[in-house]
Amino acid sequence: MRRFLLEGLMRKPLTEGAPEPWTEARDELVAAFARAQRDRLGRSLSIRVVDAGSCNGCELELQALGNPFYDLERFGLHFVASPRHADVLIVTGPVTRNMAEALRRTYDATPEPKWVVAVGDCAKDGGCFAGSYAIVGGVEAVVPVDLHIPGCPPDPTSLLKGLLALVERMGAEAGSR
Amino acid sequence: MTKLPELVWIRSRDFRAAAFPATAVDRPGWVALGQALAANRFTLMNLWGEVGAVCMALHDPEARRVAVARIALAKGKFPSVGVHHAPAQRLERAAADLFGLVPEGAGDTRPWLDHGRWEIAHPLGAGAAHPGQPPYPFLPAEGESLHQVPVGPVHAGIIEPGHFRFTAQGETVVRLEERLGYVHKGIDRLMQGASLSRGAELAGRTSGDSTVAYAWAFSQAAEAALSVAVPERAFRLRALMAELERLANHLGDIGAICNDAAFAMMLAQMSVLREKVLRAAERTFGHRFMRDRIVPGGVSADLDAEGEAVLRALVEEIRDRFPSLVELYDNTASLLDRTVATGRVSHDLVRRFGAGGYVGRASGRDFDARRDLRYAPYDELKLDVPVRDDGDVNARVWVRIREVEQSCSLITQLLNALPPGPLRTEVEPTGQVREGLGLVEGFRGDILVWLSLDTEGHIRRCHMRDPSWFQWPLLEAAIEGNIIADFPLCNKSFNCSYSGHDL
Repeated sequence: MRRFLLEGLMRKPLTEGAPEPWTEARDELVAAFARAQRDRLGRSLSIRVVDAGSCNGCELELQALGNPFYDLERFGLHFVASPRHADVLIVTGPVTRNMAEALRRTYDATPEPKWVVAVGDCAKDGGCFAGSYAIVGGVEAVVPVDLHIPGCPPDPTSLLKGLLALVERMGAEAGSR
Repeated sequence: MTKLPELVWIRSRDFRAAAFPATAVDRPGWVALGQALAANRFTLMNLWGEVGAVCMALHDPEARRVAVARIALAKGKFPSVGVHHAPAQRLERAAADLFGLVPEGAGDTRPWLDHGRWEIAHPLGAGAAHPGQPPYPFLPAEGESLHQVPVGPVHAGIIEPGHFRFTAQGETVVRLEERLGYVHKGIDRLMQGASLSRGAELAGRTSGDSTVAYAWAFSQAAEAALSVAVPERAFRLRALMAELERLANHLGDIGAICNDAAFAMMLAQMSVLREKVLRAAERTFGHRFMRDRIVPGGVSADLDAEGEAVLRALVEEIRDRFPSLVELYDNTASLLDRTVATGRVSHDLVRRFGAGGYVGRASGRDFDARRDLRYAPYDELKLDVPVRDDGDVNARVWVRIREVEQSCSLITQLLNALPPGPLRTEVEPTGQVREGLGLVEGFRGDILVWLSLDTEGHIRRCHMRDPSWFQWPLLEAAIEGNIIADFPLCNKSFNCSYSGHDL
């Protein structure tokens, strides 16, 4: 154990530089934020992830955001265990009929102000599962969506770019007041 | 006992090379097979519905062969297998939900995948408007000072949805009952009438962590049904991808299990190795999970000299870093205190349920499809299958540790003898109705795909059985008598697929 801790101190960190925020996403978000809400939150966001029917591919890449290469927490972003602690809901998957109510209830349990980020191609419109009797559709069919990050699944860098655009938008607006 | 029906048994090398002949059985024959399963003559590999029929896939482990029995149903009713042999129960409930088929004599007639929220009932059968459903009755537990803890479907971590109903006495779990089906996407119905390439797309999105294994099993079934000869190089590249997938999942999960025992450093270290595997996969095959890289007839991505160097460097790095992490695991008493003797599963249960993967192998079920129902290119590779008898969380961790080492060895063996040649054979319809079976050892266990194709090569019926079907029920047994706080640890050591199970 001592060896690993020592190594951690001596070696250059694995964490990589921050990617450029994703500009289209940033613009998409302008409409979504009211000034008062931005002021209150600053640059920190608590995120709750809800799998509404995904194949678990998106979950794997969301989990990867916590590894030392991406180190999500350095940006003030962290995953929380309850929707009641969250500012942002990340929703993955086509929304199945069996999960629609659970998603709606999770959304209702999240305090205002809140934002919804739909992650993955399925979350946009059901993806390759669209049209099934068991699928409601994309996330938008159940709760309002503020940002969509595409990909099957989106890699951690794409996820990071989208989330950074979200934080930066809020930070810039708060600072310019 | 009634006389067993004569089944057409096929050995592993044969069922992947040609269409699979299912044996028609009558009612007494079907009942006799159910009793033979209960008497441990065979292992149940799958049970699924069709329009007007029900099928069972059986494995005879002694003779290393497989058979499919089909009973035609005039009135949509068949003798329940689950009433003799518990592993069939959830499969029968699923067939009842999807097709409206009735397992006669079944003890548990509650719906399984159908939560009463679809607009149509029996979507693969008559497909009439859904009449709605009464609330789901959970099984009762009676005794002094019992209380219930409902968990899910939305869970605290970044994981898939499912419901766990714990009945506990103080901290000790008296009964766990799972309720699944939340991520049911209707894949079976989407498959109907689909082309092979669309089918491969759906198969690769059935359980994201096993996208390579699913695409392979689906392709195997299609290639068998249509008697397609896959090029040698494609077999080897498939195995390379499959071993990379196994490595990534095992490394990630070993770290995550330790993290559920509050040993976060292991998660950090293992997640670095996992990330390196995924990056190597992206550099060599163009996608971190290698999704859509295995297609019916072969593969869609090649490996060049640079890619080979990337994979060799990856294996070298894992061989360099992994042993000291294993040592750390083995020398941390506070961690072993959580994993040893926790979540024990008996040998008898894994044998009865035919539980595959590390869940079976950690409880003494010595089965690995790569060795026991062997397929190319594993017939030419050296593979040691790790088996333990202790059956606890620690044993499942150790089986996975040993499998990481095996995967590294397999990748090296594959790279050392990678023949040149084409990557893909054209897959043509035969003008006949054909059926095929695919069986591939994913990281979690054996994935079985049954595929029926029409004269034009479109899908008539495709049923994919995730290894989780025979592992989820054992998690209920594993947690009994343990404390609720150890559930995440037990659950992660199983790491069953929700999406692969719910379809």
